[in-house]
Amino acid sequence: MMVTLARRESLWGLAFISPWILGAFLFTLLPMGASLLLSLTNFDPRYPDAIQSVGLDNYGRMLTDPLVIQSLGVTGKFALIMLPLTLAVSLGLAMLVNNPRLIGRNVFRTLFYVPMQIPIVATTLIWQGVLNLHTGWLNFGLGAVGVAGPDWLNSAFWVYPGLSLISIWGTGNMMLIALAGLQSVPTELYEAARIDGAGRWAQFRNVTIPMVSPVLFYNLVIGLIGTFQYFTQAYVLTNGRGDPDNATLFFNLNLYREGWRYYDMGYAATLAWLLFVIVLGLTVILFRTRSRWVYEGGAR
Amino acid sequence: MTLAAARPLSRVGLRGIPGRRLRRWTAITSVTLFGLLVMGAYLMPLGYMAATSLKDAAQMSEPGAPLYPAKPATFSWQGQDYPVYNVPTAEGMRRWAPVDPRREDATFIDPAHPEAGPIEWQGRWRTLEQAWEFSLALENFVTVWNQINFGRLLFNTFAIALIGTVGTLLSSVAVAYGFSRFRFRGRNTLLLLLLATIILPVQITLIPTFAVFLALHWTGTWLPLLVPHFFANAYNVFLLRQYFVTIPREMDEAAMMDGASPLRILTSIIVPQSIPVLTAVGLFHFFWQWNDFFLPLIYLQGNADLQPLSVGIAGFNALYSQKPTLIQAAAVMSIIVPVVIFFFAQRAFMRGIVITGVEK
Repeated sequence: MMVTLARRESLWGLAFISPWILGAFLFTLLPMGASLLLSLTNFDPRYPDAIQSVGLDNYGRMLTDPLVIQSLGVTGKFALIMLPLTLAVSLGLAMLVNNPRLIGRNVFRTLFYVPMQIPIVATTLIWQGVLNLHTGWLNFGLGAVGVAGPDWLNSAFWVYPGLSLISIWGTGNMMLIALAGLQSVPTELYEAARIDGAGRWAQFRNVTIPMVSPVLFYNLVIGLIGTFQYFTQAYVLTNGRGDPDNATLFFNLNLYREGWRYYDMGYAATLAWLLFVIVLGLTVILFRTRSRWVYEGGAR
Repeated sequence: MTLAAARPLSRVGLRGIPGRRLRRWTAITSVTLFGLLVMGAYLMPLGYMAATSLKDAAQMSEPGAPLYPAKPATFSWQGQDYPVYNVPTAEGMRRWAPVDPRREDATFIDPAHPEAGPIEWQGRWRTLEQAWEFSLALENFVTVWNQINFGRLLFNTFAIALIGTVGTLLSSVAVAYGFSRFRFRGRNTLLLLLLATIILPVQITLIPTFAVFLALHWTGTWLPLLVPHFFANAYNVFLLRQYFVTIPREMDEAAMMDGASPLRILTSIIVPQSIPVLTAVGLFHFFWQWNDFFLPLIYLQGNADLQPLSVGIAGFNALYSQKPTLIQAAAVMSIIVPVVIFFFAQRAFMRGIVITGVEK
């Protein structure tokens, strides 16, 4: 009796999870293996029958491909500029909407979140106009205070701050996560700091930052993974060309071009594995060095 | 009352209760004003979008044009149309129409008081600035609607997002139920495996999957965008399972005693108690799929009739990037549905963010 009951239970369980098992096999496990195999071939979707093994050629080519090196540089440079900015702005916005002296905090939270709800393609179109050298409102604003704004999207230097502004606009989620972090800081800590004579800056530096460092770390990891997936904004701005001067040739854009413009899918599969290894590596490094970034109170 | 008024202001301000209240109000006002300033800067792009989408193309290239949608002001007088200029006079700037412009002077009519008759003015009218009047160019929206077959794109986007959401909800609920209510060998290992697939970048499986869909002749159809969602999404399963395990088992067990099948327990006990998390997962998936660009781009390339808004609008941008008024009109049209739904379902969204911790 017991045995049959347990058996029935496990059969029901397996039946319910079977869609995932099937899906994981069909859409994850099998393709992963196939992707590894394809990376050893010259697979071209237009001539699937002409597929040939090329050994490790794709991997050798990848290591010396100037476009791969360029795309890694672009992605890295962007991460170094954009991630600190978005982390800081999201924390700043969270502190603003957490300030008890702000009237209508819920309205502010909602409105700061609105840009997140705008489709990325539309966001990119809006900012493409806002950042325009002559007709964009950002340069109008800068001009009003006497600063000549740069040609944000057509300069190999200014395009990174420009794209970072677009990323900052989509920071609503990070803001809410940072807000949750801020709200979990015990108020006694601030009171104790005040009694010790800490000013606003000292409280921020020595109480707020350490206490919210776990959520900042979480935002950093998610943001870093997101940077290596960065595609839509760069594609829409230049219709996939990577202008100016390949300055927006992000890793994924290059992968897309190899696969769907030049139909070199064997090589694109190789690049996908490089992406996987880099993302995995960075995530592991971040978690290994977590204790340096994150304050973990005695409770942990 | 007279006594209070007679009291020196400084003492009230510094020591009394009113002083503390005053300081509190100063703090509240300054923080709120600062917040409004930040909000204004943050939402400025939306203002740019709205204003530009309503402008006439000619206004964009005119250097002295205002930021709001406007057209050059004109005035008709005695059966003829005249432009209106900003004319500096001794009484300040005036908006006058030159009915008889000459080289070094001109005769103007004041459109506000034409009955006052012609006004003589000394100066070069060619150096005068064009006067503008508020005017909305609604035809931008009509142009975009027809150019990109907007109705079609909207329908496609809606259908793809809706079918995908139904698929992922059905399958993820079933899988999450299996993981949360049944014991079977290897359950924990499988759950770990499921979590591991969350961090896998899509690119890693993309090319073989594309090759298979190509071989099945599914490229150029919606199937590659929809079918995988009927096989559960790891992230959604994880969220749903976390919720299901918090639902007390007593009711399941009572129903089981009454002979209810596991499927019936799922539909009549688990699902009704999980509406908040189902709404959250459904909303987030719906808008994730609504916004998705990469997969429709590679699977529906060249098949404009089946593309969603994201791909259609990006293609429109590639063709018309020199016409910002049309581009911004397209942007307005593509954000209206998500933003309106967000404002209506705002509470469900915010609660969803709390439940899910993070949007995918």
